[in-house]
Amino acid sequence: MKAIPALAFALVCLIAPKVWAQDSPRAYTGATIIPITGPVIQDGVLVVGRGKILAVGARGSVQVPAGAQTIDASGKVIMPGLIDSHSHIGSGTGADASAPIQPEVRILDSVNVLDNSLKRARAGGITTVNVMPGSGHLLSGQTLYLKLRLGKVIDDLLIKDAQGQIAGGMKMANGTNSLRPDANGPFPGTRAKSAALVREQFVKAQEYREKIRRAGSDKSKLPARDLAMEALVEVLEGRRTVHFHTHRHDDILTALRLSKEFGFRIVLHHVTEGWKVAEEIARAKAPASITVLDAPGGKLETTDVTFSNGLVLDRAGVLLAFNTDDYITDSRLFLRAAALSVRAGMARERALYALTLAGAQMLDLQERTGSLQAGKDADFIILSGDPLSVYTHVLETYVEGVKVFDRSNPEDRLYATGGEGAGRGAVLDTDEIERSSSEEGEGQ
Amino acid sequence: MSANIFTWTRRYALMLVTIIFSAASVWAQVAVRGETVYTMAGPAIRDGVVLVRDGRVERVGPSSAVQIPAGYKTLSARVVTPGLIDAHSTIGLSGYLNQPHDQMQLERSGPIQPELRATDAYNGRERLIEWVRGFGVTTVHTGHGPGSLISGQTMIVKTLSGEVEQAVIVPAAMIAATVGDAGLAPAGRAPGTHSKEIAMLRTELLKAQEYDRKQASAKEDQKGSRDLRSEALARVLKGEVPLLVTVQRAHNIVAVLRLAKEFNIRVILDGAAEAYMVADQIKAAGVSVIIHPTMARAAGEAENLSMETAARLRKAGVPLALQSGFEAYVPKTRIVLFEAGVAAANGLTFDEALSLITIDAARLLGISARVGSIEAGKDADLALYDGDPFEYTTHCTMTLINGKVISDEPH
Repeated sequence: MKAIPALAFALVCLIAPKVWAQDSPRAYTGATIIPITGPVIQDGVLVVGRGKILAVGARGSVQVPAGAQTIDASGKVIMPGLIDSHSHIGSGTGADASAPIQPEVRILDSVNVLDNSLKRARAGGITTVNVMPGSGHLLSGQTLYLKLRLGKVIDDLLIKDAQGQIAGGMKMANGTNSLRPDANGPFPGTRAKSAALVREQFVKAQEYREKIRRAGSDKSKLPARDLAMEALVEVLEGRRTVHFHTHRHDDILTALRLSKEFGFRIVLHHVTEGWKVAEEIARAKAPASITVLDAPGGKLETTDVTFSNGLVLDRAGVLLAFNTDDYITDSRLFLRAAALSVRAGMARERALYALTLAGAQMLDLQERTGSLQAGKDADFIILSGDPLSVYTHVLETYVEGVKVFDRSNPEDRLYATGGEGAGRGAVLDTDEIERSSSEEGEGQ
Repeated sequence: MSANIFTWTRRYALMLVTIIFSAASVWAQVAVRGETVYTMAGPAIRDGVVLVRDGRVERVGPSSAVQIPAGYKTLSARVVTPGLIDAHSTIGLSGYLNQPHDQMQLERSGPIQPELRATDAYNGRERLIEWVRGFGVTTVHTGHGPGSLISGQTMIVKTLSGEVEQAVIVPAAMIAATVGDAGLAPAGRAPGTHSKEIAMLRTELLKAQEYDRKQASAKEDQKGSRDLRSEALARVLKGEVPLLVTVQRAHNIVAVLRLAKEFNIRVILDGAAEAYMVADQIKAAGVSVIIHPTMARAAGEAENLSMETAARLRKAGVPLALQSGFEAYVPKTRIVLFEAGVAAANGLTFDEALSLITIDAARLLGISARVGSIEAGKDADLALYDGDPFEYTTHCTMTLINGKVISDEPH
C-alpha cells in the first residue's frame, strides 16, 4: 500500500511536463507558409497551441506569445494538412454481397486504425480523410471522416459535431462497378435498373420520413425503427452527404439527376469524364473529388482519363478536390495528384486548394481544417521544399498540434519509404500510443 | 498549356500524327539543340547539339564544337535525353481496355509454355504504347507477363505505331517465369507450392537439356520430332536468352539463384521487392535486377518493397534497370519516366536514376550498341523536355525514334 503514493508521485512527474508542454505555444519561424486562404508568406511564422492555430503571418507581423517555444523552420515549407476526400485506408469493409443497397452498414464498425495504411497516409501529409466502403454496390454504406490522430481505437480518430454526431457521409456508385449482368441476384444488370433501384429506396425513405412527421409527438404512431431508412432520411435531410462514385459522362448526369430529384447533397467522385460535362456539373453546383491516374484504361469507364480533368472542372467553376482513392493511388504520393494537374495547366494555387480546403468543404469541415488560419485546428505539414516537386518530402505531419509523423524518426521513415517490416499486418503498437500523448512538447 | 493539349481524342491525335509524319519525312537531317544534353556516355553537355542523319546520331557535342550544317531542321529544348527504355512491361500484349480480348500477356491453360512468342500477340497500335511514347519512352521490353510458372517469351520493340515487324529490335529476348505466390496455379493444380515451382522448373530444364543433347548428337535422319517447348528452353540452357524470373520474397529470390547456379543459366530477377535483403547474394551471383516500379503498391508478396530499393541495390553494385511492370487494373500502365523520378527522390542521384531508364536498361537488355545513349552511330531516339525531366510539372515536349518525330504534343 505504501507504494501507491510513490507511484502516484512518479506518475505526476511523468505526466506533468507533458501537460505543461501542451500549454506552451510553439512558433515555427522562417518557413515559406502556404496558408491556402491567402498569398504565400515568405519568412513566415506559424504559432500553434492547445491544438489550435494561434497566429499565421510574416515575421514581425505576428505576435509570438511570451514563453512560446520557437522552432526554426527556415528553408522549409509549411502548409495545411492534406484532406483526402476519398480513401480506403484502414482495411474497412462495407456492404456485403447480399444486396445492392445497404445504408445501415457503417464502415465505422470495421476500420482498423492500427493498419499500416494509416501510417503511410500520415507519411503523405494527410491529416483528414474520408474513409469509404467500396464501389461494388449502388449504396455500400456510411462513410467516416477521420482525423489521423495517433490512436489505438477508432473512437480516438472520430470527428464529432457540436451535438456529438459522428461525422461521415454515404457512399453510392453507378456505372459498371455495381452491375452484375450475369448474376440472377438482387444486383442490377443495367444502368437504368441501377437508377430505378436507387429511386425505389429513396421513395421508401421519403415515405418513412413522412410517417415520422405525421406521428409528431405521438410515439405510438412512429413506424418501427429501420436503420437503413433512418440513414437515408439523414441523407434526404442533408445531414449526410452522398459521396457518389461515377466515371462516365452520362453516369455523372444520372447521379446529378437523382440528387436533384431527392434533394440530397452530393459530392461526385472520380468523375473521370467530368471534363466532358463540366458546365453541367458546375450548374448543378456539385463538387467533384477526382483521382489522378498515370494512364488511361484499366476499365472501360476510365479510357478517357486525362491529367487536365482538374483544370477543366476548376475553370468551369466546379468546387474541385483531389483524392487518393488509396490503394488505387498511394497516400504517400497525394501531392503528386496536384502536381500532375499543374503539369496539365492548372494554376498552382488552385491545385493546392484542391488538396486542402476544397476537400474540407466537401466534408463540411472547412471551419476546422484545410487552411492555416487562426482559430482552426493545428493540422499542418512541414515539407522539405516545393509541394509540387518530385524531390520534396513530407518531413513532419501534425494533427491538432500533435506530431503524427516525423521523417527523422526511423520507424516513421520506414512507412514513408517502405522496406523490411513496412508491409507487416496490423500490430498493436503501444509505443505509438504513448507517443501520441508525449509529442506535444517536441520540436527541437 | 491549354486544356486541349491534354484532352485526348483519337481524331486530333490521328490528324497530328499525319501532320507529323508528313513533316518528318521531309527532314532527313535534324539538329536537336538542348540547353542540357544528357548523353549518358559522359558528362552532361551544356548548350549541346545532336546532329541526326538518316535515323542515326551523326554527332553530339557542345554547340561551340558542333556546327549545324545547312539544310538541317533544328529542334530546341531545355533538356535532351536518350529515348527512354522501359526494361519490362507487358503493353502491346496487355491493352488499355482491360477486357479479355486485349489481355494477351498471360495464357492460363498450363503452367509452362515457353514456346509462346511475344511477336505473335503484339498489337503495335495499342493506345498504351502511344501513351508512353508521349512521355519519352522509345524502347520497351514487353511480352508475356508474370502470373504462371513459365508464361512465354518476351521481345524488345521500339514504340512505333504499326506492325511488329517494323517495331521489333529483338524478337525473342527472354523467357518469362514467375516464382513465388504469383507463380502458383489455381487450387488443386500444380504448382501448388514454392518448392514445387522450383521442382517443375528443374524437371523442365533437365528435359530440355536431354532433348537438346539428343537432337544435337543425332544424325539428320534420326532426329526425333521437334519439341518447340524444349527448343525454347534449350536457348536458355545454351545462354542464348536469359530466364526472366518475376520473384518478390527474399527466400524465393535465393531459390532462383540456386537454380540458376545448378543449370549454369543466366537469370534476370524481375520485380524483386525484397532484393535489398539479399543484395550481397545477388551481387555474388552476378545477377542483374529489373526492379519493380518505384511507386508500386506494397501488398501481398511485395508488401515489403521500398522506394529506396534501387538506391540500395545500386550501392551494392548490382546491375539494375527500372520497369513499368504489369498492372492488372488502373492505371493500366505506369510510365518509367515517373518511376525514375521518384527513385531520384529516394536515394539515387539524377544521373543514376536516368541511367536506369536509358543506358543501364540498354546494357541489361543487350541492346546498348543501338540505343540507351546519345552517341554517334546509335539510333537517333531522343526525348525533349522543357525542364528537369523528373519534375512533375515538366513536360516531355517531343519524342524522336530513328530520327523521326513521333510525338510533339507536350505531355
